[in-house]
Amino acid sequence: MGSQVMHLSSPRRRNPVSRWLAADTLQGIQRQRALLGYLFLAPTIIGLLLFIVGPMLGSLALSFYKWNVFRPPEFIGFANFERLFADPRVFTGFKNTFILVVMTVTILEVVAFLLALLVNRLASRTLSTFFRTAYFLPVLLSGASVAVTLGYMFHKDFGVINYYLGFLGIEKIPWLNSSDWVLIAVSLTTVWRNLGFTFIIYLGGISSLPTEVLEAAEVDGAQGWRKITKIVLPLLSPTILFATVTDIIKMLQFFDEPFIMTRGGPGDASRTAVMLLYESGFGNLEFGYGSAIALVLFIVILAVTAFQFVMSRRWVFYR
Amino acid sequence: MATLNQTTAVGRVQASSSYRMDWFRHNLGRWVSMTFLVVMAILTLMPFIWVVSTSLRTPAQSFTLPPKWIPTDMDFSNYSQVFERIPFWNQIANSFIVTLSVVAGQLITASLAGYAFARLRFRGRNVLFWIVLATMMIPGQATIIPLFIMVSRFFQINDTLYALIVPSLATAFGTFLLRQYFMSIPDDFEEAALVEGANQWQIFRQIYLPLASPGLAILAVLTFNAKWNDYFTPLIFMNTKERFPITLGIVDLQGYMATGSISVVLAGIVLSTLPVIVIYIFGQRYLVEGLMMGGVKG
Repeated sequence: MGSQVMHLSSPRRRNPVSRWLAADTLQGIQRQRALLGYLFLAPTIIGLLLFIVGPMLGSLALSFYKWNVFRPPEFIGFANFERLFADPRVFTGFKNTFILVVMTVTILEVVAFLLALLVNRLASRTLSTFFRTAYFLPVLLSGASVAVTLGYMFHKDFGVINYYLGFLGIEKIPWLNSSDWVLIAVSLTTVWRNLGFTFIIYLGGISSLPTEVLEAAEVDGAQGWRKITKIVLPLLSPTILFATVTDIIKMLQFFDEPFIMTRGGPGDASRTAVMLLYESGFGNLEFGYGSAIALVLFIVILAVTAFQFVMSRRWVFYR
Repeated sequence: MATLNQTTAVGRVQASSSYRMDWFRHNLGRWVSMTFLVVMAILTLMPFIWVVSTSLRTPAQSFTLPPKWIPTDMDFSNYSQVFERIPFWNQIANSFIVTLSVVAGQLITASLAGYAFARLRFRGRNVLFWIVLATMMIPGQATIIPLFIMVSRFFQINDTLYALIVPSLATAFGTFLLRQYFMSIPDDFEEAALVEGANQWQIFRQIYLPLASPGLAILAVLTFNAKWNDYFTPLIFMNTKERFPITLGIVDLQGYMATGSISVVLAGIVLSTLPVIVIYIFGQRYLVEGLMMGGVKG
């Protein structure tokens, strides 16, 4: 406080900049904080503009060009998109992606919800910790390790899975070599790696439900299935929406597992949208065409996000 | 359940006649749910046990069925093979360098930006914040082709570790996360500090940053997990084996061992997973909490 008085009485001794930023006036503090704000933001804003916003706009621009590394870029209007919508491989790729999304996300949401419901009811702390750890562990692994490991386990002749299914009288299933089975194998692999993530989200949602409401419902005679469908599910709808949309967006960007397990095969049976993008962009070095595929994928993801936004306003029950 | 039923009129009538039925149903439900929990736990844990036990089988035994769940061969030669087949030390070091640099970089940039958005007032703050939020919706794959052109043509850092580090130093998710943390800290601290004569940097560094440490921990473990396990980005940027991170190394090892022993590949997987397991043991709480907050991007 004493120093403030001294400063105010001797303004001559400071240069204009430090006077402008003088810490001991309210305006000075505000100016300091504003300047500090811009300084603090600079690394993040520059980084995001340079490495996300810039490339995003670049992707948009590139999709109107024909460009590989050898020849200079050539503007071709909507030709990439016309080619894309007529390309049967692109159609297959997006179809496979949608099948994988529907299959994987359905299994994930149902199983994770049931597990969370049951684990939440466990009285024993030890048991509950054990199950939570067990279900969560695969989340730690990389898609690469999981793909390699489960690729071995799904092997038709040497795989552990067919070996045990044999005890149930099931004949050897060509998991990764048949176009009928490959999407199921890839989907199960992804379910295995991501179940813990979805489970943890549901467990968090369920354990924060208001106990008074649940008890009141029980007193009123709501039990078992009725209690779940009429009370728990509506109360949990924000969590369900969040988990489902997060999982859908994650699965739309699906790449590691099918790429490592099958390279998209047999034929194109397990080729995904991102794999197409990767192959046209970095396999065939068609940067324009690859960008057009990336853009379509981005629009699909944006549509899912918009859907989440709309749904969360209209349908979800927020307390 | 039975005791609860008796408190209502309907329940009282039913309780006497169907008490045994209720008891049976109640217990049956418990057994069914317990069986489901146990079966799912076996299914999630089985691949882990299989990987570890098979990595310890002799190469000749690695394909033989039935699988051994309890390792009895204890053949550690597979582990030494990993080091002979791929430049394992290089690759694990690369993974550490990349992951730790990105974690450190994101902690710095995101704590600065999160603090600015939460606690400093300046013109354009809301517009800038909306830009940051919007970038969270852009998936990494949508930008990868122009990013590759930029990294390889303009910066010419492809096939170096910088290509994996520099584009990931700024984070929209981390900024958003830490902004929430800084916003939850009361203003009183700042007023008290100003009275004590602290400057704006000291207020950030010595008061607010330490108070936001749970948020920093969440960001650190999430980023570590995501970056350590990243396969897509290095697949595009890296060509030289010595500069691969370990995720690429494992897949490379699998291709290399296509006709050989899978035990060696599995030994490599065990080794490459150890760091994330250690992170999980120490940072379990933050990892779980962070994932629940919606941290899916690395």
